[in-house]
Amino acid sequence: MKTIKFIYKKGVFFLALAFIINVSCERELSDEVEFATNSSTGEIFTDSPIGLGTNFYFPFLGSKATAWTVDDSEGYESQSSMRFDVPNASDPNGNYAGAIFRVDGAGRDLTGYDALTFWAKASQGVTIGEIGFGQDFLENKYQANASNVTLSTNWVKYIIPIPDASKLFEERGMFWYSAGTQETGGFGYTFWIDELKFEKLGTIGQPIPKIYGGADVETQTFVETGGLVDAPTVTFNLGSGQNISVNASRNYFDWTSSDSDVLIIDEAGAFESLNTGRSIITASSAGVQAEGSLIVDVLGDFNFAPTPTRDSNNVISIFSDVYDNVPVDFYNGFWEPFQTTESDDFEIKGDNILNYTNFNFVGTQFQNPTVDATGKPNLHINMFIPGDIPSNLDFLISIVNFDDGGTENGRQQVFFKASDFVSNTWSTFEIPISIADKSSIGLLIYENVNGSSLTNFYLDNIYFYSE
Amino acid sequence: MNKTIKYKIKKNSLLFMSFLLIATFVISSCETDETQTVTTFTELVMSDEFDTDGAPNSTIWNYNIGTGDNGWGNGELQYYTDRTENVTVQNGVLIITAKEEEFNGSNYTSARLLTKGKFQQTYGRFEARIRLPYGKGLWPAFWLLGDDSNGSEVWPQIGEIDIMEYVGNHPTKVFGTVHGPGYSGAGGITKAFELDDDRFDTGFHIFGIEWGPDYINYYVDDVLYNQITPEDVTGEWVFNRGPFYIILNVAVGGALPGSPNAETVFPQNMLVDYVRVYKNSNN
Repeated sequence: MKTIKFIYKKGVFFLALAFIINVSCERELSDEVEFATNSSTGEIFTDSPIGLGTNFYFPFLGSKATAWTVDDSEGYESQSSMRFDVPNASDPNGNYAGAIFRVDGAGRDLTGYDALTFWAKASQGVTIGEIGFGQDFLENKYQANASNVTLSTNWVKYIIPIPDASKLFEERGMFWYSAGTQETGGFGYTFWIDELKFEKLGTIGQPIPKIYGGADVETQTFVETGGLVDAPTVTFNLGSGQNISVNASRNYFDWTSSDSDVLIIDEAGAFESLNTGRSIITASSAGVQAEGSLIVDVLGDFNFAPTPTRDSNNVISIFSDVYDNVPVDFYNGFWEPFQTTESDDFEIKGDNILNYTNFNFVGTQFQNPTVDATGKPNLHINMFIPGDIPSNLDFLISIVNFDDGGTENGRQQVFFKASDFVSNTWSTFEIPISIADKSSIGLLIYENVNGSSLTNFYLDNIYFYSE
Repeated sequence: MNKTIKYKIKKNSLLFMSFLLIATFVISSCETDETQTVTTFTELVMSDEFDTDGAPNSTIWNYNIGTGDNGWGNGELQYYTDRTENVTVQNGVLIITAKEEEFNGSNYTSARLLTKGKFQQTYGRFEARIRLPYGKGLWPAFWLLGDDSNGSEVWPQIGEIDIMEYVGNHPTKVFGTVHGPGYSGAGGITKAFELDDDRFDTGFHIFGIEWGPDYINYYVDDVLYNQITPEDVTGEWVFNRGPFYIILNVAVGGALPGSPNAETVFPQNMLVDYVRVYKNSNN
């Protein structure tokens, strides 16, 4: 209770200050003028949490919720600090440590600061995956962080510049971290953070904002398709002469489309194509033009797969917007280490499309529960290859059935050649299922068998059916 | 809970006490200012305000061209030119640009301006307002060399007064140095000046000396940070003889800053708002 009182008093003091300043420099205030009333306290933890309220610590999903404590026997030039015990990877209560510190109450005005700073050390030399601020589990609008922060066993001061402090006039996300044991062989360690605060250093300069790592990236899309630009970065030069790159949320940047008849983009970096043509998306941060761009070619109206017409009673759907889909474990298992296939699925006018890129093989699994296709012994798939069809194409679809114990007990392989496809046209495959036991089908696998140049294709309307 | 309350109250009073302390400091520093004036030489004898766009004023400035002897004696990597790409006056400032480009066997180009034979003076206040470049390998300077009497005297006997030197990987620090016989090269008599809450590459700062018989005072903005006298140097004091001329340059690489690295951004600019030279009106 005392703590709250103290802070309240402080707030009054700031109000008074604001009043005096405004009186002295502006005689006539327009009706639009709003006084900044948010706390501009920079300190987050000195010897104890500062002004965070009662309920401020929110662990990440799957992390060890008890990883953070206040250690009253360690500190940077003091007797207490924040202690983080990163658990072993085998810890049943969470295999990493990570959380946000969110002000329990109104956000703070951080516009007068230029960096989050803290002193830190660890029980061994170690790299902390992410340390930052601006994550509040609400919009995470102004999230920012440094990646791979290397701690040593001595206290060292760390500086994470604010990408654009003018945005942070009401910020609740004071601090967040994520730390695992990828680099310590799965074994836990401890690190300490002290004197955690926002500061106006004045020694940070030369911001270099970048989108797409500073590269000019080309992509293709269709009319009335949405998309999201990749998250940007800003590299700053510290007073020490060292460069540091900060991952910034898209909201820190101002986004521009070179042709708003072709494509529009909002403040959060979400774009939507309107008409055929080319638009170049560029950005700036705090008035500095960002390096890099996204060049979007809008190809025209999307060529949709034929709309299924079968009676839903005769269908068990894996992926379709026409039928209700059964539970699917994943459409891309990201099978390591040999799979290269990535997913770039998209939605156009309410129609979801599976898009596999950088393709070598990929699987769709539905084992919880599996599908009994005994009464619906055919598989329907629509497939579309943008661009040229590789002449040596050998595309393999495998249908896998499992026994009660989850062991594979039947597999059907169906091969498709270049002649089964027409460029930029949807192909329809209707495959009679020939495996004896089709009562427990749980896996579909797609493979580029002879390593043809196929890298990118779309799938839609994957379902089992009876005639 | 009790403990917390106590602590807070303590902090509160501490805070108040520190305000009192600050007030005291402010007052005492005002008093210091009254007795310790940064500059006293007030009679302007030469100034270039760089108000005319194009090449720098040829009645004031010469150029060093090329790579000198072993990179101007320091293993510097740049080729100095007088091309517009490397030196020009625009929008009221002199711009010296260090570029990364193949040029006559060098990998970098830049410029070095000097007033030798055009403006030389013994003693005085030499001052320039400059925004510096940044990045590993950049080595800008504003400095004076003693006249060599048509080559009959050589460095370090002629004397060198480095009003401002800076390396781009320490963007908050400059240093002022004198070199002479017995204190040449790395033996120079030097002192650094560091900004606590600002940088030299994001805004303009004033770098100057006041030089008189047996002393050279160094200042940055309104801070007098060093005085060098004959007692400080480890050799002959060579600054009470003949006139000195001004040099402005941006070197790339060399023994002092080291070579640029992958993070060094090119091109880099040194912007000079003005160069002014005063003499002591009491003399």
